[in-house]
Amino acid sequence: MTTITTDTIWEALQTVKDPEIPVVSVIEMGIVREVTVDDDLGAVHVKMTPTFSGCPALDVMRRDIETAVRELGVTAVTVETILTPPWTSDWITEEARVKLKAFGLAPPPCHGGNIEITFFDVVPCPRCDSKNTSIRNTFGSTLCRAIYYCNECQDAFEQFKPL
Amino acid sequence: MDNITTQHLANKLLAMADDELILAHRDSEWTGHAPILEEDIAFANIAQDELGHANIWYELRQALTAEEPNQVVYFRDLAGYRNAQIVELPKGDWAFSMLRQYFFDMLEQVRLPTLMNSSYKPLADAATKIRAEEIYHLRHTYTWLKRLGLGTEESNRRLQNALNELWPYAAQMFVPVAGEYSLVAADIVPAPTAVEAAWREQVEPFLTSIDLTIPANWPTQRPARSEHTKHLATLLADLQEVARFDPQANW
Repeated sequence: MTTITTDTIWEALQTVKDPEIPVVSVIEMGIVREVTVDDDLGAVHVKMTPTFSGCPALDVMRRDIETAVRELGVTAVTVETILTPPWTSDWITEEARVKLKAFGLAPPPCHGGNIEITFFDVVPCPRCDSKNTSIRNTFGSTLCRAIYYCNECQDAFEQFKPL
Repeated sequence: MDNITTQHLANKLLAMADDELILAHRDSEWTGHAPILEEDIAFANIAQDELGHANIWYELRQALTAEEPNQVVYFRDLAGYRNAQIVELPKGDWAFSMLRQYFFDMLEQVRLPTLMNSSYKPLADAATKIRAEEIYHLRHTYTWLKRLGLGTEESNRRLQNALNELWPYAAQMFVPVAGEYSLVAADIVPAPTAVEAAWREQVEPFLTSIDLTIPANWPTQRPARSEHTKHLATLLADLQEVARFDPQANW
């Protein structure tokens, strides 16, 4: 068995996706906060944090994280859910923002901790980049999505909501 | 934390969790029935958020009492529920449900900032998490109430009717749980009287500004949170039916 380090764990967790947004990993989303390996016991401890607290994908992600670590040959895995610091969409990496857009989901604007400043932001259409868009619903098909309309495409699109 | 304080905090967390759970259930009754599709989606989202928040409070309580949230929700009888009566009332019309949601959102709006500074760290952390999500709720209900209050004669009348009915129930949201003042003294939760005053300070001028008349009577004699209307029994029968049908089931 190869030696398990925090680096190998982080690498393995890149394969775990958010089931509601299957193009980005739990690492790119900033959901995995900390990985520790106890060298004496060979035990791995992963700390994760929910995006929206009612997110139904949370349990699936917790299970998938555990499975991914076990597949490395680790038998003692604990996944802990933490609430602090609270997850913010600002943590979504640049790479992930590009993937979200390609997936058809407008990435959330960064807000530095004050969501309300984003409420007047123009959200460009992820398909045609037009800024001629308007909000239809701050609530969408999942807790983390808002619904917009692109006046150029004449079609709706979704945005990953700033949180 | 000593045993008595732990028990008092467990009481408070139960009341907070039950409020969110029962409100989420009532909100979810609009799924498939809201006036327009967008609102159907929005209210379902809000219900799901409140359910998520209920789960956070039940889990914080679990850390103190070792009582598992699913057990507490599905296998506790009516007498053990500590939600305020306002959240158990049937969903009524759209104005009624929107106003009730606004009242609850505003309770969170005035209470969460203090809870974020709670001397009990897990409570402070949870409040910080929840507050960010609540911004979306309040923005939604606030906009809807403006539209209803300042809209047509009918929308204003229906909202006024909802206000007349909900006002006495709103007052009961602030009734302290057993031992709550010891938590206040320990800087764990804000004083219920302070929360109530802050709530009225926000709510009353807003309601007036959207052409509503505040009912004259703000009750000072209020039922304890152990007292319920006849509506909770039917709600719990609905909520608990499947889990109780086969308690050993796994899914």
